[in-house]
Amino acid sequence: MPLAKSIEAIRADFPILATTVHGKPLVYLDNGATTQKPLQVIRTLDELYRTANANVHRGVHRLSDLVSDRYEAARETVRAFINAPKREEVIFTANTTASINAVAFSFGERFVGEGDEIIISGMEHHANIVPWQMLCERKGSKLRVIPFSDEGVLDLDAYRTMINGRTRIVAVTHVSNVLGTVNPVKEIVSEAHRHGIPVLVDGAQSVQHGTVDVTDIGCDFYVFSGHKVYGPNGIGVLYGREKLLNEMPPYQGGGDMVANVTFEKTTYNVLPFKFEAGTANFTGAIGMASALDYLTGLGREAVAEREQALLAQATAGLSAIDGMRIYGTAPHKVSVVSFLPGKIHQYDAGMILDKMGIAVRTGTHCAQPLMERYGISGNIRASIAFYNTEEEIEALVNGVRKATEMLA
Amino acid sequence: MTIYELQEQIIEEFAQFGDWMERYEYLIEMGRELPPFDETHRIPDFLIEGCQSKVWLYPSFDDGVITFEADSDALITRGIVALLVKVFSGRTPDEILGTDLYFIDRIGLKENLSPTRSNGLLAMIKQMRLYALAYKSKAEQS
Repeated sequence: MPLAKSIEAIRADFPILATTVHGKPLVYLDNGATTQKPLQVIRTLDELYRTANANVHRGVHRLSDLVSDRYEAARETVRAFINAPKREEVIFTANTTASINAVAFSFGERFVGEGDEIIISGMEHHANIVPWQMLCERKGSKLRVIPFSDEGVLDLDAYRTMINGRTRIVAVTHVSNVLGTVNPVKEIVSEAHRHGIPVLVDGAQSVQHGTVDVTDIGCDFYVFSGHKVYGPNGIGVLYGREKLLNEMPPYQGGGDMVANVTFEKTTYNVLPFKFEAGTANFTGAIGMASALDYLTGLGREAVAEREQALLAQATAGLSAIDGMRIYGTAPHKVSVVSFLPGKIHQYDAGMILDKMGIAVRTGTHCAQPLMERYGISGNIRASIAFYNTEEEIEALVNGVRKATEMLA
Repeated sequence: MTIYELQEQIIEEFAQFGDWMERYEYLIEMGRELPPFDETHRIPDFLIEGCQSKVWLYPSFDDGVITFEADSDALITRGIVALLVKVFSGRTPDEILGTDLYFIDRIGLKENLSPTRSNGLLAMIKQMRLYALAYKSKAEQS
């Protein structure tokens, strides 16, 4: 399936891609950290502030109505994008981290107690480790960690033996931000559900790489960030099953999340507003919806297909460099390649690549336990988006080769 | 040579380089020429942890001057710390505390000074000055 637009037309949609860095054309390969924004999103934000800015869900006045409608339309766009059953199950947050913290706190308050267990995996981003550790500290519960192989594949047998009568929730990443591994979340969910245990899936690195269907996955929570899916930053999504969300207490109090407030007793609003205290980031939500529309318009499977081709090129090119180590060689990966050439320090290579106009991420990528698993202090990560080109991948490979020669 | 003259000399050397590549190559070379670090000093007490690379800095004070030994796990950082050692090692605490390190800006390393880069250059200079301050007050007390 081809993309709906030519690569030239796509790149013209992203003005920043035409900029130069240190006098060299920008080669942006840090899409796992954040993605660039198409004109469609930039224009939406611009138009919103010019024509429809007012607070949502408040006044009876025309502008407030207008923007409230668009905010709710954005919720519907998100619902459709991840195929959630109900619009009320889509809650807007600040980002993936905020979504996970919300669940860890609220679900934890209601369902997790002393001696209970929470299962995560060894390839989690800190955002899907620390909130659970904090919960464990508050409640006296225990964190269990699913190990993974050198290739970056989760050990599902170990996972199965970990589940027991004290397990309260499983929280795993759909895609590893370092290894690129696409985890078998459907299998993980069905195993947990056999024991009546809910599952949170961290979708921060998956939702932008093809189709994601939370109904098909069957997960109870799915979280992601707007800025990693070509939308604005400061907006994120928490999808949660209605039944669970209704049973969970609000984690933040304030305006919009209440039905009735007296000094004696406050009753809470219905879903999704119960979890959206304070003025919502409505511009972020509407901007994100336009990013999701953009991706849908391009063809999400076509996006994934193009990214797979670029991943294959990058993996082959980098592997051909002497002494190259690739971290993450699972059979099912998204377009992320983490590597270290020889004994070279990631920071040295990153600094040299930067001077060539090539933006990659170096360090631990907020996944220190994963680095420890491989016995390294960090590595270099190139994360590829559909707007990257074959020439850019070639520039990366040549740049890494050059840096390797300089540092050898 | 005074610290001032040494800074001028470094600026002159860097001015000969055509582009950043040559500057980095020079720094890498400087890093390689840094004397081997005494392994007994490779302990957390002497570690300046930046976000991206590790730097060890060991001071000693003798005859009124401070000698610095340093190392890093990254080559370019090692080169940068070698430059600092070249400028600050063998100086009195007063010289170290009273010197404006303007050469960093002039040789195009200013971007490495930004606190958000977290490569430790700022922390390295701060640590060297802290040692100078400590030795100075110790000397004044005795």
